[in-house]
Amino acid sequence: MYFRHGCRRVAPSKVLPIGARNAPITYPTRAPRRWSSVSQRPGSDHLVFPGAVDSKFTTNLAFERPSEKTAMPTFRIMDQDGKIIDKDREPLVVTDEEAIKWYKDMLTVSILDIIMFEAQRQGRLSFYMVSAGEEGIAVGSSAALSPADVIFAQYRETGIFQQRGFPLSAFMSQLFCNKNDVGRGRNMPVHYGSKELNIHTISSPLATQIPQAAGAAYALKLQDALAGKSPEERRVVACYFGEGAASEGDFHAALNIAATRSTPCIFICRNNGFAISTPTLEQYRGDGIASRGIGYGIDTIRVDGNDIFAVREATKRAREMALGLDNDGNGEPRPILIEAMSYRVSHHSTSDDSFAYRARVEVEDWKRRDNPITRLRKYLESRSAWDEGREKEVRAAIRKDVLKAFAEAEGEKRPPLRSLWEDVYENVTEEQEAQIKEMGRILEEYKDEYDVEEFEGGRNGLFKA
Amino acid sequence: MAAPLRSLSRAWRPSKCFPSARTYSTHPPNARLNTEIDYKTTPLLHHTSSTCLANPELPESAKSSTTSRQNLFQSVNSALAHALRSNDSTLLFGEDVAFGGVFRCSMNLATEFGSERVFNTPLSEQGIVGFAIGCAMEGMRPIAEIQFADYVYPAFDQLVNEAAKVRYRAGTNPGMHAGGLVVRMPAGGVGHGALYHSQSPEALFTHIPGLRVVIPRSPVQAKGLLLASIECNDPVVFLEPKILYRAAVEQVPVAAYTLPLDKAEILKQGSDVTIISYGTPLYTCQKALEAAEKDFGISCELIDLRTIYPWDRETVVKSVSKTGRAVIVHESMINAGVGAEVAATIQEGCFLTLEAPVQRICGWSTHMGLVYERFNVPDVARIYDGIKKAIQY
Ligand SMILES: Cc1ncc(C[n+]2csc(CCOP(=O)(O)OP(=O)(O)O)c2C)c(N)n1
Ligand SMILES: [Mg+2]
Repeated sequence: MYFRHGCRRVAPSKVLPIGARNAPITYPTRAPRRWSSVSQRPGSDHLVFPGAVDSKFTTNLAFERPSEKTAMPTFRIMDQDGKIIDKDREPLVVTDEEAIKWYKDMLTVSILDIIMFEAQRQGRLSFYMVSAGEEGIAVGSSAALSPADVIFAQYRETGIFQQRGFPLSAFMSQLFCNKNDVGRGRNMPVHYGSKELNIHTISSPLATQIPQAAGAAYALKLQDALAGKSPEERRVVACYFGEGAASEGDFHAALNIAATRSTPCIFICRNNGFAISTPTLEQYRGDGIASRGIGYGIDTIRVDGNDIFAVREATKRAREMALGLDNDGNGEPRPILIEAMSYRVSHHSTSDDSFAYRARVEVEDWKRRDNPITRLRKYLESRSAWDEGREKEVRAAIRKDVLKAFAEAEGEKRPPLRSLWEDVYENVTEEQEAQIKEMGRILEEYKDEYDVEEFEGGRNGLFKA
Repeated sequence: MAAPLRSLSRAWRPSKCFPSARTYSTHPPNARLNTEIDYKTTPLLHHTSSTCLANPELPESAKSSTTSRQNLFQSVNSALAHALRSNDSTLLFGEDVAFGGVFRCSMNLATEFGSERVFNTPLSEQGIVGFAIGCAMEGMRPIAEIQFADYVYPAFDQLVNEAAKVRYRAGTNPGMHAGGLVVRMPAGGVGHGALYHSQSPEALFTHIPGLRVVIPRSPVQAKGLLLASIECNDPVVFLEPKILYRAAVEQVPVAAYTLPLDKAEILKQGSDVTIISYGTPLYTCQKALEAAEKDFGISCELIDLRTIYPWDRETVVKSVSKTGRAVIVHESMINAGVGAEVAATIQEGCFLTLEAPVQRICGWSTHMGLVYERFNVPDVARIYDGIKKAIQY
């Protein structure tokens, strides 16, 4: 079995389910750009050269100056008061019921954040990160995806997990590193992951997930075609990252490889103005992160991250484009870049005091000015789908649920001690087994020196049941 | 472990303080060995000005100066300030360096020396280190900060293929090297850093001829070794044990001084067993050897390698030839760690005088899972046990 690329374009519907395993497989892929194999045609007004196709000759010595270009516009649907701006626009295909679900998801993230931030301050967990102000980006984009779509996230996207149905008990088990945590108590708080929800486990090193997302999208593209899935059933990958992370080499490598391999990958950059203390002014000089998409030949949009409708609509369209279901994409998968703008109103994390590098009034000002949650609330209220009474009732209910999950998770035992060595390799190695035995001897010989009771099975938890 | 759970769930009041539910830092009630390190009394720190200034390695100018009480981030800060003040070619940059750095090492330096010389970089480690190497190749003395040692890997190519090899490939071309480059990075466990805020990647760099690898154990050492690294004409990877930034406080000479980059330091003389370590575990070793000396009536020698590569083989071989026993301690994984190199060198240099196999007490061959850190990082009991094994062999 082999894959042939650069073959002639085949309409997606013509891709046959592959029965014969050893038959060559053709893919819907961009018709290769044609350039003459002979040198420049005499008298041509174009540069004909692989690498800069269709570039006109000019005698005007002029540099392209980014400073003279107008900034890429920011797409929005509703204004700060929750009013739909363009009444002539095709009506929103959003039911009140859907919007209320997203509203509750954002509220849940926000309430969870407030409680866990405070719990960290009290020493009940080692670390926490909130997504205040950015709930709309996570919930809105996630709502536009199919549950089968695969997600790679950075860390300030709790809304994705909430939108996909990660239960509060799972959040809490991870945060408190108890035995029910699928991450086995190994990761720092907020590094969630769920195979069931198709969200890869969050990893602290920045930007590493971005080229991985491109590779994963390529895998999905091949697998879905192989399985003969209809265009509607095909999957995309969504990849989230901050504008700071976009400075890493991995970001650039990712966009370029995603474009060259025509991968159905949606890159979603949360531009919140800061990377810890570093303002965007010191992070880049171009027109945000969006301008870079153009350079890599990637269809790109900038959206107002506080407008959940805009985020959702843009992601929905991006998904169609990524799968090649739109009219202008030749029916071929391709990566898309979305830059969603929303100011980071919180400290970077519980380890950070942002007033050491930015004025308190600036933050207060932003907080007052705009917020994805209040915007959606205003919209719902204007449609009489929401009111103060429901707000109070729902907030109280969420708080109660969060605190219940908190109380149930906090006192639980930790995973067994053996988990320190497990999952490094598929199987524990002979050397590790010897180390486990040695640790067991130490725990036995120096009983008074160790408290192992908080771990499931105590000392015996070192050994296989 | 019991927490006032009910009071929490009944009425959550953010302002109200509850005691911590998990006892992260306290030790078991009957523990004798695995009790907390007392940095206020450990003999490894200079609690008075007079012991500090009596250090024979200090130059006269420092010996005749005064001292001030500093923790490790403050002494790094004063070394950086001195380097910037005394040489216009010194530059300091990295992620979030301008406001003082996430560990406060560069506090006030941007204000004092200006944003041309002390500045934030975009978030790219390969960019930071490559940029720094370029500065060094054109005669500057760049000090690049990597926010956490765990995030140095994007810069690995620049360090291994470039910084380490610039001089070698240039051959007799005069002055073509990356000397003057110092890459600083906080390293090691703090109790709750998990996979990506706890790593000690020194062994990855000690494998690379051309790089010097330095790890200070205290504020006095950090200042002198950092200033020596900045003066050094070879590129230096400088790992700062981040748990010591605040924990280790001692009297530090106010004047500038350098400490040798080619000498280990014998912190305590002894005759029965040599304990070799560097950085944070030295404090754990000190506690373990105190207990072992009392319990077994032995005397232990304690050596701080300080410069992990190139390293002072002579001091170690001489010591183990005298004691006949060696225990090597480090926090990073045992497999292919610094201890393997030291043990092999001891085996070669002291074979006939060895009374027991060389003991290695190190991190296990795994990652730093969050809640398991205290079982992974060598503790007093494990080091004590290693000494006991060496003695009773
Ligand atoms: C490779 C790497 N370098 C540095 C860090 C330390 N670090 C953690 S978050 C962060 C800032 C990230 O900013 P951004 O990508 O804009 O995301 P935001 O926090 O604003 O959501 C830094 C520097 C890291 N985690 N990984
Ligand atoms: Mg940011």
